[in-house]
Amino acid sequence: MEFPILSLMLAVPLVGAIACLFLGAQNARMTALVATLSNLALGIVLWLNYDIGGAQWQFVERAEIFAGFSYALGIDGIALMLIMLSVFLMPICILASWDAIEKRVGEYMSAFLLMEVLMIGVFAAQDMFLFYIFFEAGLIPMYLIIGVWGGDNRIYASYKFFLYTLLGSVLMLIAMMWMVNEAGTTDIPTLLNYDFEPQAQTWLWLAFFASFAVKMPMWPVHTWLPDAHVQAPTAGSVILAGVLLKLGGYGFIRFSLPMFPEASEQFAWLVFILSMVAVVYTSLVALVQHDMKKLIAYSSVAHMAIVTVGLFAFNAQGIEGAMMVMLGHGLVSGALFLCVGVIYDRLHTREIARYGGLAINMPRYALFFMLFTMASVGLPGTSNFVGEFLALAGIYQVSTFVTLVCTTGIILGAAYMLYLYRRVAFGEQKNADAAAMPDLNAREWAMLAPIAAAVLWMGIYPESFLAPMRQDIAALEARIARAAPDYDADNVIGTPREHNANFVAPAHGEEHDAEGAH
Amino acid sequence: MSYATSLYLTGAEVGLSLTGLVLLLVAAWGGSKSARLVTIVSVAALIGAAIFSVGLFDRAGSEVAGRAFGDLYRADAFGSFAKILIYLAASAVLVVTPRFFGQSGSYRAEYPVLMVFNAVGMGMMVSATDLMTLYIGLEMSSLSSYVLASFLKQDDRSSEAGLKYFVLGALASGIILYGISLVYGFTGSTNYEGIRAAFTTSFPTGALFGVVFVLAGLAFKVSAVPFHMWTPDVYEGAPTPVTAFFASAPKVAAMGMLLRMAMDPFAGEVDAWRQIVIFAALASIVVGALGAIGQQNLKRLLAYSSINNVGFILIGLAAATPAGIAGALTYLAIYVAMVVGSFTALLMLRDPADNNLETFADISGLSTRRPALAWSLLALMFSLAGIPPLFGFWGKFVVFQAAVQADLVPLAAIGIAASVIGAFYYLKFIKVMFFDEPLREVEASSPVSHWAVLAICVAVISPLGYLLTIPLGEWTAQAAASFVAAM
Repeated sequence: MEFPILSLMLAVPLVGAIACLFLGAQNARMTALVATLSNLALGIVLWLNYDIGGAQWQFVERAEIFAGFSYALGIDGIALMLIMLSVFLMPICILASWDAIEKRVGEYMSAFLLMEVLMIGVFAAQDMFLFYIFFEAGLIPMYLIIGVWGGDNRIYASYKFFLYTLLGSVLMLIAMMWMVNEAGTTDIPTLLNYDFEPQAQTWLWLAFFASFAVKMPMWPVHTWLPDAHVQAPTAGSVILAGVLLKLGGYGFIRFSLPMFPEASEQFAWLVFILSMVAVVYTSLVALVQHDMKKLIAYSSVAHMAIVTVGLFAFNAQGIEGAMMVMLGHGLVSGALFLCVGVIYDRLHTREIARYGGLAINMPRYALFFMLFTMASVGLPGTSNFVGEFLALAGIYQVSTFVTLVCTTGIILGAAYMLYLYRRVAFGEQKNADAAAMPDLNAREWAMLAPIAAAVLWMGIYPESFLAPMRQDIAALEARIARAAPDYDADNVIGTPREHNANFVAPAHGEEHDAEGAH
Repeated sequence: MSYATSLYLTGAEVGLSLTGLVLLLVAAWGGSKSARLVTIVSVAALIGAAIFSVGLFDRAGSEVAGRAFGDLYRADAFGSFAKILIYLAASAVLVVTPRFFGQSGSYRAEYPVLMVFNAVGMGMMVSATDLMTLYIGLEMSSLSSYVLASFLKQDDRSSEAGLKYFVLGALASGIILYGISLVYGFTGSTNYEGIRAAFTTSFPTGALFGVVFVLAGLAFKVSAVPFHMWTPDVYEGAPTPVTAFFASAPKVAAMGMLLRMAMDPFAGEVDAWRQIVIFAALASIVVGALGAIGQQNLKRLLAYSSINNVGFILIGLAAATPAGIAGALTYLAIYVAMVVGSFTALLMLRDPADNNLETFADISGLSTRRPALAWSLLALMFSLAGIPPLFGFWGKFVVFQAAVQADLVPLAAIGIAASVIGAFYYLKFIKVMFFDEPLREVEASSPVSHWAVLAICVAVISPLGYLLTIPLGEWTAQAAASFVAAM
């Protein structure tokens, strides 16, 4: 038996979470930071020991301690990357809450650590019902984080978040029960290769879609997201945007596509239409926001739509692109929320109009903010470019029209992000209090610098991130190949004509000769 | 079969009856001074009865050996499982009772005696295999319940609750009795085995009426929609410890009686009663959830919650498979822990003047005043809402899984979607405790006995409960198998 590193990664934050409940404010902060940093260290160990090109499922653990399902953990490259994203963002979230959270610090830190346990659990679960338990349990800490430490309208937002996502996921549970009953196993790797009747797939796919579309979130069930983001404390927004939104995409990759390939193909049009609407509509909505967090929340919906089209392109490029967008977006939107949090902590408002000219008094801040703005736009050299390019290249092979519409998202993205940046960082310093804000302190540096480094790393050398996933995405592509749609841009290479286009064929051989005689 | 064997098999009831009679004498001569002693002895007797039932559960293997008094009574795994739950719930409730009546001096020694006799009746309900035994058990339990509901004589609400419960309960008993008479008339037997045998040869429409009447009366006892009207009023009016009792032990007994009735004498007529059960299940889930939304009184809210929970248990019955029965029993076991825990927490809420607090306004901001209590309630509420990783999820999981396995996917889908409505008011509970500012002063300390009961309940419904899934699955499967053996 190998060293149970995944269980350890679950246990460390869990112990921390329980300890935090009983500790005073400062001790709870330290405990949480130590726990998340140790988990980051464990995550790095995990990545270093991950055997690229080795077995599909690594670090497998299994214990039959429950009736009806088992405690089975194991990861492939896709899960590895998402676990890395979670453990990377967590210490940063703790740092972001260091001073911002003053009341009930112990409980707050406890909720965050619990969140980390559950997120790692979702990505590492190899049992269908274990996955569901982790997936659904995440609602509890997030409900508390929004409800207790959120903004003015936090109660409405917390209810909406909870009930929306719960309603989405309960139907998935019934579908899972049906699948387990049919296939006779709860083991995800086995179910990945089980062929359900195409007829049944339709219903199963819809039940899973209800859950993942809400989590993703896809238009028109995205409305919980802006509310939740705006009301949540900064670190809550970071986790929500950085990791929780990835659960939907992960669900599509892990369940919908490989388990129901035929149904996925059958409903691809639905996903495309919803995604196209989301890209254009939410980008336009983002353009007119006055609240910074809301703007970034809407931009998240638009970015997630690129993920969904990439996934349903049914080819490796599209899926790789979707994964890269998820990772990139997790970092970038998380960082953007942190940037908002930095100035919110100083001025306690998210109104864009209350700021202006921050580049003058906060040059370092403006630099970071610029980098993340550019990354969000998808500038080459940053993480999002890689993902968006691959995803769009993937979908181009399926539908040029969808690609056309989704690409406008990039343009609109540039519009609203640059407009935001201009209003916040450039222009005149029209508000005296905003002009008097001090630049980043050491703690804020420590939060933003690692993300900036990761964003650039991912943009310049994405191979580090693509390599662990490549084999798994290839396996997924092979699995769904039988249902892959035809390519509308698949030009057929005809036989070349004999002559140039301006060649005029002579009617008779003699005429030709006669002409030559002239 | 020897008489001694019969006495041994009914040992729990016999023991409790004797204890009850002796305690009655003690109470009669000792007066209210003896209340404490009588309570302690009663708790001990109930726990003893539970342990005795564990012993019977283990040796329930041989089916014939389980029959007592010429098959009027059967001590099988199902009955023992239900009885263990009943006795434990009753003793837990009794432990947290005396303080409620505390200063007012209205706690008297009759209270534990009534509980003991109630427990005897409940034990008979779940073990009866003859309609007459069943009816006697039912009435024995009901009559003591009516008295308990109106135990606070000076309190109008309590008297009203007792009267309401009595009038409607008597009506339900009448309906059951009428159904019994029809069943007896068409089958010529009151014995479960005899009825089942008669139904396999012919099932006339008149007998169907009998079955429907019996089920309707039982639906009243478990407070399933559309026979639920009495529940909110009685739960709100009765003294809180009595409400805690009503919501736990008699619920298990009535449910156990219903399960046995459906799966033993009526087992051949599943198609006849399944649609009734499906309707009652879905209606209970929806009405229980919607009715609770506007409530301000926590007891009333928990009354609707219990209606809601009955709906989920009935989904297990609707499956009409061993897995469904096992699921319903699992749900009951978890439900008892949740409901006893919730009411214990409610009983711990008192203001400095020692008045009981029981509205939403009273618990607002509880998490800052009494964090441990608030966190316990949070776990209990999320568990009642069925959110994993709390153990309440497992109860819902097993009944829905049984429904899916029995090809009742639409039922499962509608039921689980309706459970989201229920989540709304459990969330309100948490919102009020955690998100709102404190309004009222809450007494800072509670007796150790309350903490102990609460701690046990919370430990069971916490994620640690999942470690129980394997033994719980085995026990409930064994209990459900008692019917298969009988079939």
